[in-house]
Amino acid sequence: MPMTVTEIRQGLAAGEFSSSEITRDYLARIAQHNPTLNCFISVTEALALDQARQADARLAQGKAGLLTGVPIAHKDLFCTDGVRTSCGSRILDNFVAPYDATVVERFRQTGAVMLGKTNMDEFAMGSSNENSHYGNVANPWKTTHVPGGSSGGSAAAVAAGLAAAATGTDTGGSIRQPAALCGVTGIKPTYGRVSRYGMIAFGSSLDQGGPFARSAADCALLLQAMAGFDGRDSTSSETDVPDYSASLEQGVEGLRIGLPKEYFAEGLDSRLAGVIDTAIDELRKLGADISEISLPNTGLSIPTYYVIAMAEASSNLSRFDGVRFGHRCANPVDLEDLYKRSRGEGFGEEVKRRILIGTYALSAGYYDAYYLKAQQLRRMIKDDFQKAFDSVDLILGPTTPEVAFAIGAKTDDPVSMYLQDIYTISLNLAGLPGMSLPAGFVDGLPVGIQLIANYFDEARLLQTAHQYQQVSDWHLQTPEAFS
Amino acid sequence: MTLKADDVRSIAHLARLHIDDDSVDRYVDDLSSILTLVDQMNQIDSSGVKPLANPLDASQRLRADEVTEGDQREKFQAIAPDVADGLYRVPRVIE
Repeated sequence: MPMTVTEIRQGLAAGEFSSSEITRDYLARIAQHNPTLNCFISVTEALALDQARQADARLAQGKAGLLTGVPIAHKDLFCTDGVRTSCGSRILDNFVAPYDATVVERFRQTGAVMLGKTNMDEFAMGSSNENSHYGNVANPWKTTHVPGGSSGGSAAAVAAGLAAAATGTDTGGSIRQPAALCGVTGIKPTYGRVSRYGMIAFGSSLDQGGPFARSAADCALLLQAMAGFDGRDSTSSETDVPDYSASLEQGVEGLRIGLPKEYFAEGLDSRLAGVIDTAIDELRKLGADISEISLPNTGLSIPTYYVIAMAEASSNLSRFDGVRFGHRCANPVDLEDLYKRSRGEGFGEEVKRRILIGTYALSAGYYDAYYLKAQQLRRMIKDDFQKAFDSVDLILGPTTPEVAFAIGAKTDDPVSMYLQDIYTISLNLAGLPGMSLPAGFVDGLPVGIQLIANYFDEARLLQTAHQYQQVSDWHLQTPEAFS
Repeated sequence: MTLKADDVRSIAHLARLHIDDDSVDRYVDDLSSILTLVDQMNQIDSSGVKPLANPLDASQRLRADEVTEGDQREKFQAIAPDVADGLYRVPRVIE
């Protein structure tokens, strides 16, 4: 069974194995399974072995950092100096980033080993990983099914044991939804908690980076490495970062957990509801105080989100113009032709749809009806949560309305794909932290439960998830073909 | 909300995005169905609600106006599609 980050740290510290040994093991597993799963776009073998050697030297000197020698993977949306950073897009297929994202730099400084860059929906736009220029990713639990998206490669890599942990980004659920569909643990922190510097922008007021791992305790370690103020990100928070591992062992006795009635209404597969009820019972047995709450504007979160996300995307993606980096069309006749054909050839279908809708929503005469209206509803959605947090400490619900679906099942209907995000996107609109953790199976496919906390209360999410994982073993299960 | 083929063409021009003539109809359908979803926003009266741009209601942090970046022109130009003499080359703009 693949090791957790916690087990790897212990093994390295005790000298049971070296970072070079386990890095070679992971690279061998990637070579064996990536042809089936397609979760890596780039495997950085030479760099990984070099970083592992350095980690071993550091360990030998007793100078190990938090993650020294731990083999991880980065979503191919984080810029990596000297390594191709494609964002899942043809337009960046030839883009070798000239600098490191802050997240990448922090992992490097703490001594983590980078195995490679993971597959994703192009520019993080998608919920199935079918929108990648590099092909879809298979779900390790059933390879005919999607792993979720947009960080599908990272989730699948961790689920199949091709990396001990991985980074992802979450604009509307892109960490939590693939974590749920692949049966791993993932956390989206509060907006501003993790630096966005070097994280290729999709929706700048929504984007947030976070980790995938095999347990909440592992996520605590990874978030510790990622979180904190960064002067290079103008929306980075200066709020202090607590020691996430220190509070894991605190119980959930008396913790007030609210269940939003809108999250358990029509649209949720009843078999998932049954799995989630069982998890709620476990938390109740641990002493949590469970009550029903209401988030009345939940239904508005999808239209609101898609206006804001697409508007911000159309603005952010205007930088890809074929002039300074990335794909350029052949033989442009004039500058306008260069822009139009470079972008037309470089972007995939879903990205084009979103750029077009976003451009429309921001165009003269439509701004108030779409963008301004969406920003007003955004405040109403945020206010719902703030009201709920007056009476509860934590909110719990499903991460997704259904388990992983078959590859191709929703590709003809963009709107049905968007509805997959119903329980996750409102957190991005409100900027709140959320987490998905495995709670069982339906049809042999993993089910995730989502925990939502108030601003900068990631410690409580991790602690509650950890306590649940002390009395359950769903998070430790590995698909048979990869165990 | 239903768009027409000409709407799609003019939006694509605003976005400087080439779309093939034979895919315009598909964009008309896809974008119209997305806009129908988006129109659900109008079911709610939000008059008087202050728009929320940053989820934490925070404003952009400013820094002192000092040079903090070094010169990395060669590194940046190494990944450009077409450069000459330290400049980025594009088709002639001024006749």
